[in-house]
Order: sequence, then C-alpha cells, then structure tokens
Amino acid sequence: MATFTLPKNSTVGEGRTYPAPAGAKNVKAFKIYRWDPDAGANPRTDTYEIDLDQCGPMVLDALIKIKNEIDSTLTFRRSCREGICGSCSMNIDGLNTLACLKPIEEVKGDVRINPLPHMPVVKDLVPDLSQIYAQLRSIEPWLKADTPPPPDGERLQSKEERAKLDGLWECILCFCCSTACPSYWWNGDRYLGPAVLLQAYRWIADSRDEATGERLDALEDPFKLYRCHTIMNCTRTCPKGLNPAQAIGEIKKLMVERQG
Amino acid sequence: MAAPTIRSLRTPLGRVRGLGAARGGTHHWWMQRVTSIALLPLTVWLVFSLATMPDSTWQQATAWIGRPFNAVLLLAFLAAAFHHTAAGLQVVIEDYVRGEMARLGLLLAVKGVCVLLWLSASLAVLRIAVR
Repeated sequence: MATFTLPKNSTVGEGRTYPAPAGAKNVKAFKIYRWDPDAGANPRTDTYEIDLDQCGPMVLDALIKIKNEIDSTLTFRRSCREGICGSCSMNIDGLNTLACLKPIEEVKGDVRINPLPHMPVVKDLVPDLSQIYAQLRSIEPWLKADTPPPPDGERLQSKEERAKLDGLWECILCFCCSTACPSYWWNGDRYLGPAVLLQAYRWIADSRDEATGERLDALEDPFKLYRCHTIMNCTRTCPKGLNPAQAIGEIKKLMVERQG
Repeated sequence: MAAPTIRSLRTPLGRVRGLGAARGGTHHWWMQRVTSIALLPLTVWLVFSLATMPDSTWQQATAWIGRPFNAVLLLAFLAAAFHHTAAGLQVVIEDYVRGEMARLGLLLAVKGVCVLLWLSASLAVLRIAVR
C-alpha cells in the first residue's frame, strides 16, 4: 500500500529553542525542520525566535537572518530572492511556496517551515530533486523541428500562437506543485507530476514545434499522464499563479481529439 | 544508523524512462467520463421510477421491467454502472496498491466480480423482459 505514516527513522522530534534577544518587542517563532545526514539521528524541529523589527519582511529574510546571526548550520537553497529562480521552494505554514515571496505577516502564529513534502531530504530544507529533474529531461523540453529555421531570421509565430504560451512559459521549476500532489506522492516514480506535465504542454502548445504527435505518444500512459485526478493542489499552491491542472486537462483533450 | 543499501546504480534518467510509455490509458480515461455522463440521466430516471412505485406488487414490478423501454434503459444503466465501477476501482488500485503481482491480481479480481455482477443483473432483466 501507499505509505501514510513516516518510517521510524523519519519521525520528527523536538529540537533546540533559540530564544529572542532580550528587549525584543516584536517576536515571532520559526519552527524549522532540521536533519543532518551525518548526525545519525532522527529529524527534529528547532525553534528560532526572531525580532521582526530587526528582520526583512519575507520568510527568506528570516531564514537568512537565522543563518547569519543565530545558527550557521541551517541549510537551505536560495538565490535570486525575487521569485524568479525557484530555489527557495519549501513548505511554509502548510503550503508549498517560495520563501522569498511569502510575507512573514501572512502567517498566523508560529511559522512552521518544512522541506518540500515527500521528497528525499539531502539536509534540512534541501530536497533531492534528481528524479524530478530526470523526469523533466525525459519529456525533452526543447524545440524540435525538422524544418530548418529561415536563413535570414528566427522561427516566426503569429500573435495568437504566441499567446498560447502565456501561463506556461512563466514556470520557474520550483516544483511546489509536483510535491503538493498526492498522486505524485504515491506514484512519483512513474507519474510525471504537474510541473513536468505543464512543461510538456508548453512544447505541445508551441506552434514552432513539429514533434507534437511524438510528444503525445510519449505521455500516453496510465501512469505518466493519467495519474492526474484533477485534485488541483498544484494550481492552489503555485507561487507564480499558474494552472498546471488546466495544462494537464489540455493534454488529455488532445489525446481524445487525435483518437478521432 | 546503518548506511542505506544501494540496490541500483542506474541513472535517474534511465529509471524515469523505464519501460517507456504504454501508448494507452486514453480509452480508459475517456470511457470513465462517457459512462459518468450517461449515468446522470439514467440514474435520475431509475431513482424517479422506483420512487413512484413503492407499493407496487410483484406483478406490477415485473410488468414495469418487462416494458421494452424500461428494459432497454435498465440494461443500459447496468452496463454503464458496472463499467464505471470497474474503471473507478481500477484507478484506486493503481493509485494505492504496491507490487506488480498484487496490483494485477486485485485488478483481475475486481474486474471479474464486476463482469459477473453485470451479467447476473442483466440476465435477471432479460428473463423478465423476454418471455
């Protein structure tokens, strides 16, 4: 059966508490998942009390403040701090999102931070994404055309054709959606998941691409595509406001359409 | 803590590509939708019909089933309902059951039960309708 409880060596215990500095007036507690592969211990939740008057507005600001000033062992991915690189995706207050786009004040009570759900953890808030990157590679996310491009310029699209890519090209591959999807949790080894299927549709919908049929062939599978049961967690959680569920629906419509 | 046992050194891409796409699944998905749409009017008709005859005798009930219009719709309801049940249970089993043998065994068992129930129910309708 699918696993509904954590294995014994993954259950999360209580960790250390780092109290706020004396005199802090605007204190918020950050409860953060910690796991060190070298320590040989179960994961734990450490609590960091932060003086919000001395901290930037976003959750990522708090994480950076913790790493710089309180506990340099806290490990997480981050880069652009403006919602375009997709590095700092994590589960904040029960919802997958980007730490850099999530205002601290939106969270009522303590700020609970966990790594993206149901992925192997490398350390603390860093999940192992090698499988999902391989799945992205498997749908061949690049333009495929037998017709050579015009010698005097680029491949052209009409304005209508270009408009079909809106809502698809904006994806930054943070994988908040795939790791929020129960179908991806239970069958992630075979189901491609919303992020990768949205990318697949991004190339299926591209008027310049000449491999649409091949792409549909490669997706037509009870597991790769049809594990999507329109649960809609993907659309609800997307920090960029995209709609992977709709993109998957469009792929299914094309599958039916080409059967006549 | 013991180091995890490494059972395969296959690359992530090799594992993800696996056996390739089955080139199927669309018919199953589409028929699930078609049967659910067919079941909407059929279920309303059946519930409405049964609600109007709570006090009917055995003779009245068999006479109702025996009318060609009712018999045909009953057979259509049974076909759609059992097809839909089998298709839906197949999805649940594929979602949650681990292991190829367990999955295959359960799928065959569920489909077998659905087919037998469908045949039995249809035979009952036909025996009343075709006399």
